[in-house]
Amino acid sequence: MLESLLVVLLIGAIAWVGSYMGLTILFGVILPYVAVCVFVIGLVRRMVYWAKSPVPFAIPTTGGQERSLDFIKHDKLDCPNTKWGVVVRMFLEVCCFRSLFRNTHAVSFEQDPVSKGPRLVYYSSKWLWFFSLLFHYCFFIVFLRHFRFFMEPVPCCISFIEAVDGFLQIGSPRFFLTGGLLLVAILFLLCRRIFDQRLRYISLINDYFPLFLLLGIVLSGLCLRYFDKAEIAQVKIFIMSLTHFSPVVSNLDLNAMFIVHLTLVCTLLIYFPFSKLVHMPGIFFSPTRNLPTNTREVRHINPWNPPKQFFTYPEYEDRYREAMAQAGLPLEKQPNQKPAE
Amino acid sequence: MLYNKSAVYIGIVILVILLTSPFWVGLFGHNYTSTGITTPKDQATCIENADFMRAQHMRLLNEWRDKALRDETRTYVATDGKKWEISLQNTCMRCHTNYKSFCEKCHLSNSVSPYCWTCHIIPTEGK
Repeated sequence: MLESLLVVLLIGAIAWVGSYMGLTILFGVILPYVAVCVFVIGLVRRMVYWAKSPVPFAIPTTGGQERSLDFIKHDKLDCPNTKWGVVVRMFLEVCCFRSLFRNTHAVSFEQDPVSKGPRLVYYSSKWLWFFSLLFHYCFFIVFLRHFRFFMEPVPCCISFIEAVDGFLQIGSPRFFLTGGLLLVAILFLLCRRIFDQRLRYISLINDYFPLFLLLGIVLSGLCLRYFDKAEIAQVKIFIMSLTHFSPVVSNLDLNAMFIVHLTLVCTLLIYFPFSKLVHMPGIFFSPTRNLPTNTREVRHINPWNPPKQFFTYPEYEDRYREAMAQAGLPLEKQPNQKPAE
Repeated sequence: MLYNKSAVYIGIVILVILLTSPFWVGLFGHNYTSTGITTPKDQATCIENADFMRAQHMRLLNEWRDKALRDETRTYVATDGKKWEISLQNTCMRCHTNYKSFCEKCHLSNSVSPYCWTCHIIPTEGK
């Protein structure tokens, strides 16, 4: 846990020092281009790798009654048996995180009046579902809001999102709700790992690192907006020059915190295809989610089964007929009788 | 060999299009190479130095609003000791007369919509 925090701090510190050493070309131009290439190519490679992997068994997870006899009620959302049903389940999974909604929390009681002894009770636990939903949607909106730096003129849908996001009209620059909520959600997800003993036991550096990295990105972003302000006009000139492949850095005054923010985002992009964060395209490749639950209707053939060399009984008899006849075994077709007999 | 070829290809194409969107959405509009802002010619400095004003003017204006309307303090002492009257109309807009060639230049292209003008009147033309 601490080492992943240190790594994130180190990356930030390197970027901070780099911006003062005049390495803006390295951190502001080369790194973003490399990061975007690694991100896109890495994700596509990962998707091709998954698409190449055969699914040996039909393993859709079931959360309800599979389609069966007519008088048994079929759970169409959790156990779809058609392609269209799978699309609906997938949509709900991606947009509403239905499987996290089923999350439970186990509590053990030493002395329970019901069982008159120790008892394990699973309670519904919606916290993870709520905060991960909050995190993902806030992140998405924050990402969308950044398109004001990529587009000139800024389309009205982006301005509309900003207007709704900042409707509380707190301060100037206006406080955006999603920025604050994103921070809250990340802190919850982090605290969940740190303070839940059971979860902490199974948490590894690759669980903590993305959280600290995202925390770093969010904090540096909030800092850029509300405290150590970047000049957004300069930032936009710089970003637009990057996306138009004619980077300008020389006469721009970019603040160090901006370089830190950019470098942390680039780190995220580079880290993304090799980490657990690839669940973004990965969810669509999960056989537990994307297979229809029609295991009683359709036989799932393991795609890596070798082609079978069938040797049917008529073929067997054709080959060994003479020998079988000599041994006096019963035959479906007698060997050709000699004309003399 | 790829399984579910068509679905995977469609997925990859959609993903790549979405992920590279910051690069190609910029092509719909025009490039943004300068703010195109015009600063008043007859003044050497603003209330504070230019760097501070560029980065922190929104905070300053917000503080001024609170000072003037909530605390009824109408004097601002700048870092160089100079005293200024806290007033958007009488202090800021005495030099920055043109809304279109000053405020709006950056605000519009960076999608900043301050709520100054829900109370103040937008100056339409320079004096």
